[in-house]
Amino acid sequence: MTRLERCVLVVVAAGGALGSAARYGLALAWPAPPASFPWATLLTNLTGCVLIGALMQAIAVRTAPHRLLRPFLGTGVLGGFTTFSTYAVETRALLAAGRPALAAGYVLGTLAGALVAVRLGMLVVRRLRLEPAGGGA
Amino acid sequence: MTLLLVMAGGAVGAAARFLTDRAVTARFGRALPWGTLTVNLAGSFLLGLLAGAGAALPGWLGALLGTGFCGALTTYSTFGYETVHLAVGGGNGRRRALLNVVLTLSVGLAAATLGWLVAPGSPG
Repeated sequence: MTRLERCVLVVVAAGGALGSAARYGLALAWPAPPASFPWATLLTNLTGCVLIGALMQAIAVRTAPHRLLRPFLGTGVLGGFTTFSTYAVETRALLAAGRPALAAGYVLGTLAGALVAVRLGMLVVRRLRLEPAGGGA
Repeated sequence: MTLLLVMAGGAVGAAARFLTDRAVTARFGRALPWGTLTVNLAGSFLLGLLAGAGAALPGWLGALLGTGFCGALTTYSTFGYETVHLAVGGGNGRRRALLNVVLTLSVGLAAATLGWLVAPGSPG
């Protein structure tokens, strides 16, 4: 493993710790009673998707983005913030509790929302970048 | 204290996701995001197992392994971004994006259910 690769691994882990802490904080602030709709996870995943879209678009238009920017913010913070496992386990619990419509709404609602959120994040950054001079800077 | 356990698990989970993704991508290529699929499958199974074991587990283990490690090992943002990236990439990208969605959801849910079922002390 090269020195850069070791640095990447360290910033990914640091970002993962921060993202997980934020996800945990949100889940504490907005606890979901058993067999109820998991709003905190939905909000976490949709927010993370808007931000990853914005980040990737911002990186794409830069000529020389810092080499640790994407590993730290994308792979680390946002990857650690969003979660697929909680989503899968919550869906199973909703099904087991006899709430198939709520489970289906949660699965498909998160999916559709996430894909729209990624596009939205990309679009917002693209718009900001293409704004004619005079709006700022 | 719980927060520190979550952060420690999250740090290891994110690093494990990065390393797994790199190894899987090197082996199987980029036709589909196999690395993300792998971590989401593994993390869903493990969290299903932890949830199934439920009360049999000490709380600190749930924070470290469940909220921290599994939460950070798996990712929705990368799954979302990679799906959009495939879909707008032209060629048969839309078909591959659809395949990625169907595979991820079905395999992830099946893994969580399987984990729950094989958990020691699981109510079934």
